[in-house]
Amino acid sequence: MLSFRRKAMNAVMLSLTGVCTLVAVGVLLFILGYLFIHGGISLTWDFFTQLPKPVGEPGGGMANALLGSAKLLMIAMLIGVPIGFLGGVYLAEFGGSSFSFVVRYTTDLLNGVPSIVIGIFAYTLLVLPQKHFSTLSGGLALGVMMIPIAIRSSEDFLRAVPLSLREGSMALGASKARSILTVVIPAAKSGLITGIMLNLARVAGETAPLLFTSFSNRFWSPGWEQPTAALPVMIYTYAISPYADWHQQAWSAGFVLLMLVLAINITARAILSKGGHVAR
Amino acid sequence: MSPMQAPIPQPKPEETMKGFTLPRESINESKKVLAVTPKLCATNLNFYYGSFQALHGISMQVYENRVTAFIGPSGCGKSTFLRTLNRMYETIRSSRVEGEVQLDGEDIFKLEVSALRRRVGMVFQRPNPFPKSIFDNIAYGPRINGSIGASGIKDHVEQSLRRAALWDEVKDKLHASAYGLSGGQQQRLCIARALAVNPEVLLLDEPCSALDPIATAKIEDLIFQLKDSCTIVIVTHNMQQAARVADYTGFFLMGKLVEFDNTTVIFKNPARKETEDYITGRFG
Amino acid sequence: MAAPSTPALDARPEGRASAFWQRLRSGDDIAYVITMTCAFTVLAVTALLVFELYLNSALPRQKFGWSFLATSVWDPVAGEFGALPFIYGTVVTSAVALILAVPLGVGAAIFLAELAPARISNALTFLIELLAAVPSVIYGLLGIFILVPGLISLEPAIRAVLGWTPLFSGPFYGVSMLSASVVLVVMIIPFIISISREVILAVPNEQREGALALGATRWESTWDVVLPFAKKGIMGSIFLALARSLGETMAVTMVIGNDPKIHGSLFAPGYSIAAVIANEFAEATDALHQGALIELALVLFGLTIVINGVARVLVLSTNTKGST
Repeated sequence: MLSFRRKAMNAVMLSLTGVCTLVAVGVLLFILGYLFIHGGISLTWDFFTQLPKPVGEPGGGMANALLGSAKLLMIAMLIGVPIGFLGGVYLAEFGGSSFSFVVRYTTDLLNGVPSIVIGIFAYTLLVLPQKHFSTLSGGLALGVMMIPIAIRSSEDFLRAVPLSLREGSMALGASKARSILTVVIPAAKSGLITGIMLNLARVAGETAPLLFTSFSNRFWSPGWEQPTAALPVMIYTYAISPYADWHQQAWSAGFVLLMLVLAINITARAILSKGGHVAR
Repeated sequence: MSPMQAPIPQPKPEETMKGFTLPRESINESKKVLAVTPKLCATNLNFYYGSFQALHGISMQVYENRVTAFIGPSGCGKSTFLRTLNRMYETIRSSRVEGEVQLDGEDIFKLEVSALRRRVGMVFQRPNPFPKSIFDNIAYGPRINGSIGASGIKDHVEQSLRRAALWDEVKDKLHASAYGLSGGQQQRLCIARALAVNPEVLLLDEPCSALDPIATAKIEDLIFQLKDSCTIVIVTHNMQQAARVADYTGFFLMGKLVEFDNTTVIFKNPARKETEDYITGRFG
Repeated sequence: MAAPSTPALDARPEGRASAFWQRLRSGDDIAYVITMTCAFTVLAVTALLVFELYLNSALPRQKFGWSFLATSVWDPVAGEFGALPFIYGTVVTSAVALILAVPLGVGAAIFLAELAPARISNALTFLIELLAAVPSVIYGLLGIFILVPGLISLEPAIRAVLGWTPLFSGPFYGVSMLSASVVLVVMIIPFIISISREVILAVPNEQREGALALGATRWESTWDVVLPFAKKGIMGSIFLALARSLGETMAVTMVIGNDPKIHGSLFAPGYSIAAVIANEFAEATDALHQGALIELALVLFGLTIVINGVARVLVLSTNTKGST
């Protein structure tokens, strides 16, 4: 007969694991719920259309931060996506040598670098010589962050395309480059697109590297050479301020940012699970 | 006595249903007259994976201190039936059993499953040693059962390894990783591990299918030695193996037990045509 | 007339130049060059990064040398810079976070991999992985307005249970090492759960069955056999979580209290490397101050590289033979 101690241990420990899971899931649901209640419900149209008001005046919005984030992400994509995608093509299609090994290793290395260090990198490259903060430098920081993620995900999705497709194309006389362009990449397209989406969602929420590259701005930021407001930076600034009104706006901004990030994530996952290839 | 000699003539199953029966033919004086008692008894067993019925009305008996083999083509249900005997199927969610199986007269579905598995051990198709040392692999069962005190564990491990004919090969490296052993040695380690909890029945699920012929021969010798202390049930896809080691053989086909009898009868004089077709290789 | 000859063969001029143009037109070489250049960019960027960090921290490195890592004074006004309070803050908050997150995370991973039916497991894992997508600044937001007040109200209880240790002594104002650690727990748990769950799922079923066949209970088979088998991968996930927590900036900055001193208690405020850079860099006007912050970034960079490297080796080396 099984001893009571063993039976009890079995029941207790297994239940504890269930408790752990509940805690983890519970936290997520709590975060979502709280942000919705605190930030979502009080979200007004002003938030999306108004500039921030001076300190002490109620009202205002974060229209400049929304535009600023959009501009930053545009630069980031221009830098990160082509380099990352083409680098991924190299690793997937021409790889196999020790050079590829070094590239992959370095990619993972760069991926693990804290975002604030990347921010300092962009600072030394652009802000220091130019002697001013700018949208460009912020975009550069985010772009550099996008590169390793883009390389890895592109490589994974391209590799997932079966060899038989490539061979079929080349057997018809197409060159390797043509096969890649016309057969392999289209076959991997849903994965590649979702990879870009997830990448974007990741850098959209980054704050630290922007603190001393694009800095911040209470007004519109014309062009690319001036400091600009960005959504996550506004959240930070408003949250640590002593004004209750700004705290409320921080919640609204947090809600908007979270909804954006989650929406992209969930959509990307949905596309992936339909498409079949889920690479990590 | 090697398994290659002719097995001891045994009474037919029907005759022992009433209990003790004298063997029909005379037996060596040097051998004790062993009464053949049923150890495991399955009655009208049905088994379902979800809505698919894998076993249909299996009724049979496994005799104590004898080797019983299950043969049949792939997918015939022999492994499925084996796994009901120690309720191993319960790890699969959609599985369901109907019918009765008794161990020494007790309904196994009413027993505590861990206690049942201590009495009915199992060795799997591919060797599955734990990521521990050889010693700790063997000691695992007795340790969790608490049946043997810490002082007796060393002797017990040695005894189990001797029973599995592995002691001489590993006695100098008991604390090395089990993964350093060859495939055949790992399988004998798994047998020693199963023996360490002193099971009354040992279920072997195609134990030699991943092994080379030499390792296979060693394990077949082992089976023959073990049956004195243990009841053995072996599933094998290799008919010749059943002919070599088993006292009784059951032939399964498409989830049904087609025929069950002395091994000599099954192989020399099967009663059913399907059995004969399988034995002679008309299908497989 | 002679047998018709293949026009292409006749028309093609002799020499290597023609072969070159043919390959160029097929595009293979161009594709190779272009993609390889992009791949190389990663190497260039990383090298440049290290170079810039090293170059721009020359001033403090010359001035303080290795004692930078051992000094615990951080006084921008006086020009005294020491990294110790920040190294302490970074390491201690991450360590405490791990101590809390590992049992919670591995426990949940066991549940999701061993006990939960597949569909529930996948759905819950999806939700938990969404936690990893939440931006750091939002964790900071919740930290300031929910966690810190929550901990303040829990303080008497914590003090009652743990107040006898020096770790939980001294006054508590909410923003503290403890708050930062708890926020980090929430942020790193999804990584531990996700990776550990995959590693546990990959343990061959025969291992579990081997233990169950010996009469072990579900828990015993999981604890004694499955977890040791998955040990390396789980350790890898822990190191990965550690690497992330070392570099976490915003959430930590918002709740750690930003005090560049080493206090022994978790109730006291502290500072982390990433947090001080975030707070002071934009306004660091003199070169020494800025250089010191960049040197801190170099330290952080080195730390995360090492830990990430160990993590990758562990996760990649979990083979099906288990971890012995």
